[in-house]
Amino acid sequence: MRHGKYPFIIGFLVVPVALYVTFVVWAYIQAFYLSVYEWSGLGPVENFVGFDNFKKMWDDTTFWQSIKHNIFLLVFLPIITVVLALIFAFLLNVGGGQKGGVIRGVWGSKVYRIIFFFPQLLALAIVAVIFGRVFGPDKSGMINGLFPDSWSPWLFLADERYAMGCILVVLVWQAVGFYVVLFSAGMGNIPTEVYEAAAIDGASRVTLFFKITIPLLWNTVQVAWVYLGIAAFDAFALVNIMTVDRGGPDGATSVLSLMIYRNAFEFSQAGYASALGVVLFFLTLTFAWVTLSATRRESVEA
Amino acid sequence: MTTITKTPGTKPLSAGRAPEPKRDLKIATGLSHVALVAWALITAGPLLWVLLASFKSNTEIFLGKPFALPNSFSFDTYVNAWSDAHIGRYFINSVFVVVISTAGTMLLGAMAAYVLARYKFPGNRAIYYLFVSGLAFPTFMALAPLFYILKGIGLLGSFTGLILVYIAYSLPFTIFFLAAFFKSLPYEIEEAATVDGASHIRKFFQIMMPMARSGLVSITIFNIVGQWNQYLLPVVIMSGPGADQKLLLTQGIAQISVSAGYQAEWSTLFAALVLTILPMIIVYAIFQRQIQAGLTAGAVK
Repeated sequence: MRHGKYPFIIGFLVVPVALYVTFVVWAYIQAFYLSVYEWSGLGPVENFVGFDNFKKMWDDTTFWQSIKHNIFLLVFLPIITVVLALIFAFLLNVGGGQKGGVIRGVWGSKVYRIIFFFPQLLALAIVAVIFGRVFGPDKSGMINGLFPDSWSPWLFLADERYAMGCILVVLVWQAVGFYVVLFSAGMGNIPTEVYEAAAIDGASRVTLFFKITIPLLWNTVQVAWVYLGIAAFDAFALVNIMTVDRGGPDGATSVLSLMIYRNAFEFSQAGYASALGVVLFFLTLTFAWVTLSATRRESVEA
Repeated sequence: MTTITKTPGTKPLSAGRAPEPKRDLKIATGLSHVALVAWALITAGPLLWVLLASFKSNTEIFLGKPFALPNSFSFDTYVNAWSDAHIGRYFINSVFVVVISTAGTMLLGAMAAYVLARYKFPGNRAIYYLFVSGLAFPTFMALAPLFYILKGIGLLGSFTGLILVYIAYSLPFTIFFLAAFFKSLPYEIEEAATVDGASHIRKFFQIMMPMARSGLVSITIFNIVGQWNQYLLPVVIMSGPGADQKLLLTQGIAQISVSAGYQAEWSTLFAALVLTILPMIIVYAIFQRQIQAGLTAGAVK
């Protein structure tokens, strides 16, 4: 048994650890390091500036605009997606009411689930290209094409007021199906006797939803909330591909991820980009921590 | 949205007390279907529209009436998309990269997870947490350094570089998931094999891997879909001279979309989108149960 244990362990770990340290750990360490340097991305890194990159951020209007847009997504993406997904999952699993003493989903729930889930399989980049056209500002766009000919076309993404809303709609469109499936799996774990007992006591479907489904599903909802929040900090593919002038019009859809990318690879501000990355890291951690501690409940055992 | 949220509430509360009146139940069920059908249409509508538009001429697209059938079914747009717009090449690039990187991720991830889950040695926990902590960091933070690391070792703009990066960034979740899985497997069979004199490597490949099959399948699907859909990493890494031959599908589609926008010439773009989406639909139709299980596996635990 002892024979050859350590050579085996080392043999199995050396390649994964080497790859991981080179491309992931080292990159993150460098990000912290570069965040206190002014560095264009060329030549040696020697212009130490302390916290100047962060001070610069404080005075950068694009930064605050981006933060505002990220917060907009952070608030609305999880709430809309979770509410819709919970309702659909409930209808699919419990909505059919009782027949022969068995609680079931509505008719055709399998088909609905298959259709709802599909967008999750598409890359956000592909979704961005599709919806760039769905929101097309003339008759060639799907939505404007559906409007009567007498209406003047809506600008959607080209209108500062609605551009961010369009981004939100697309993110919700893609996410809902995934969480329907996730919540359905959770609801499947709730013993049917619980529902049946409640139904015998005369509970309506609304009562079942709020008094049984939600409390028993709380942990899954928490996880969903954190996942969606993290997605709200990304949205890079959508903004980079779908929006007017990438982040426009006039900065109306700028988000942190896009700012990091453009500073690193287009504005020759690798140091500043790294500082923005550090801020993004702490924002994500704070969000996850706040969500998990604010939504902590006595866990209910089924 | 308000109509949707009200759906479950339409049944009067009193109805629950008495034996359920059939009519109220029918109304509630009917409204449920309205909400579900509405979302199904919202989900499928844009995809159906892309399919219809892919057969239309550019003039026809600009006429509006998005869900009207095309005047004639022409496949010229598809020929353009496949060859002139290079969808074929991007597709093959993506398949090539994802096949190798997923295989690499699974092999290396399973090896590391197995050792970390089932062998005691100094530093075990430290290495495990080093991997798992990778889950907490946003990839965006590493972008600039990653670019210069790859440039420094001459792998920028190469498939090798991209594949290695895909593997490295997929390891934290793969190891996190598989280590938990390997831990849950029984020890008796392994011990019996040890008594019979099986080597560590043989135990891993012939006993543990087959036993861990269901977990491996889930996480393989998770990685295939995740890597197939990557956009950010290819955009950063497949840049520089000669990279335009090596674009992946997500990048390629985005690029076609930009050039289509300049010329307001959309029909080729729609055909390119169909060529991209159709294989996904076929794969999904065959493996939908496994795919749903694989993608949600991460969130359940």
